[in-house]
Amino acid sequence: MDDVVLLRFTLNDAPVEVAAPAHWTLLEVLRYRLDQIGTKQGCDKGDCGACTVQLDGRAVPSCLVLAATVQGRDVRTVEGLRGPALHPLFDALDGAVAAQCGFCTPGIVMAADALLRKVGRPVTAAEVAEGLAGNLCRCTGYQKIVEAVVAASERSEARRG
Amino acid sequence: MLRLPRFGIVTPTRVEDAVAALATPGARVVAGGTDLLPNLKHRLDAPPVLVSLARLPLGHVTRDGASIVIGAGVTLAALAEHPLIAAEMPSLARAAGLVASPILRNLGTLGGNLCLDTRCRYVNQTEGWREALGRCLKSGGDRCHVVPGGQTCVAALSSDCAPVLVSLDAEVVLHGPAGRRVVPLEALYRADGVAHLTRAPDELLVEVRVPVAPGPRLAAYVKWTVRKSIDFPLISVALRFDLDAEGVDGRIVGASIVAGALASTPRRVRKTEALHGLRLADPATADAVARLAGAQLKPLDNVPYDAVYRRRMIPVHVRRAVAALAAGAS
Ligand SMILES: Cc1cc2nc3c(=O)[nH]c(=O)nc-3n(C[C@H](O)[C@H](O)[C@H](O)COP(=O)(O)OP(=O)(O)OC[C@H]3O[C@@H](n4cnc5c(N)ncnc54)[C@H](O)[C@@H]3O)c2cc1C
Ligand code: SF4
Ligand code: FES
Ligand code: FES
Repeated sequence: MDDVVLLRFTLNDAPVEVAAPAHWTLLEVLRYRLDQIGTKQGCDKGDCGACTVQLDGRAVPSCLVLAATVQGRDVRTVEGLRGPALHPLFDALDGAVAAQCGFCTPGIVMAADALLRKVGRPVTAAEVAEGLAGNLCRCTGYQKIVEAVVAASERSEARRG
Repeated sequence: MLRLPRFGIVTPTRVEDAVAALATPGARVVAGGTDLLPNLKHRLDAPPVLVSLARLPLGHVTRDGASIVIGAGVTLAALAEHPLIAAEMPSLARAAGLVASPILRNLGTLGGNLCLDTRCRYVNQTEGWREALGRCLKSGGDRCHVVPGGQTCVAALSSDCAPVLVSLDAEVVLHGPAGRRVVPLEALYRADGVAHLTRAPDELLVEVRVPVAPGPRLAAYVKWTVRKSIDFPLISVALRFDLDAEGVDGRIVGASIVAGALASTPRRVRKTEALHGLRLADPATADAVARLAGAQLKPLDNVPYDAVYRRRMIPVHVRRAVAALAAGAS
């Protein structure tokens, strides 16, 4: 039995090594050990989706992932969508004014990015509504977020040609 | 900010090692953690050690003769999307796809869904909230806030998959120190919200076995919640009709109606023989099913929302679901 775990996993394409108490969540390790504060801490119990990250490519609430279980796995946070060009989701969310306070945005982006990769073609508004059904937003009323994600998927498709 | 209490953790790679680790008094199993971790954050238990199933090979979905075998570690997302499940047991695929939200279904497992702790509006709260009202039977006190004077906790089994799998006559395989035993899923549950599982503390649920329909069948799952996503079921009814011929013109030769979210066990509606001989294509059948279910299923004030409203809406939702089955939608 371990009270402290030594974790090695991939974070945003880079290997990390970090020690954490066994009862810490992935969210706590990201924010309080690795200073990755893009991932937000909201309800801390699975209700809101603000803490959504991608674990082996799938969107999950990091407040309910025990850090010890990410050993050897692939974790991606909103910081990991940075690239040479602006990510189409950032551009589209910005363009649609789909972030107001912005607290939900990193989680929305991670869930939406996983959805777009899974679907692999332009998505419909209904697919976005279903795909983001675990991510609450108290400001926007969702409409602009859904429009932005649909637009981002169309733009990515156009870019792929 | 809700912190977890301190505990140690083991992440075994073999079922035998996980079972051995469960010998520690008070040890708890954690699969996806989407039920256990919120409950621990609410201080409903303080286990010295968690035995994580994350690295166990329990992610299989296969056909074995006349049964489909589903590993306890299969996520609800995988279950909802699996072609074999969609083809052979659509009501199960539907129930799995309605649990919580997409991000939670990527974590939550079938084993965890079936072993889900019972829920009650008076206990799934922060410690301070519970203390303010006074502890109940399930939180170390001596009273029940739902049934005044009640001596047995009636907290609700709010698993979406449990009623469906009971309606499909599923069995579960439990692996303990002495090996495996197979029990009907229905026998996994008992009528005590404080200790609602008949599984021993050192037994692991490793597999679910579901018999494939031997003949024509139509099945559905009814779930009603206030929001369309995230919420636990407030009305939860699994319907299964075995027919003497394919399609909605077939006559009912066997029916199974099982409800969740009422008390600590899934509840089977009795006297379904009364439905035998009816055809789903006949609009009166939906009324007959709704009446039968409505007369026997009696919600309590254990989960959120008004019990009287839930009671009145059960026949409404059941009637709609049967009508949708008859119309070819599910
Ligand atoms: C916001 C929110 C909404 C939710 N909504 C729903 C909903 O609508 N419907 C619903 O059904 N559930 C809902 N859930 C609960 C939960 O997400 C699911 O039931 C999920 O399937 C639980 O699986 P898990 O693997 O995460 O379980 P865990 O949390 O890992 O475990 C749950 C319980 O089962 C035990 N356990 C787990 N696996 C095994 C095993 N193999 N053998 C023996 N014991 C085991 C654990 O010790 C624990 O007591 C919700 C949860 C949240 C946080
Ligand atoms: S049903 Fe009664 S005893 Fe059980 S959790 Fe609710 S209030 Fe407590
Ligand atoms: S902080 Fe994790 S879901 Fe709300
Ligand atoms: S922008 Fe404020 S919560 Fe979504």
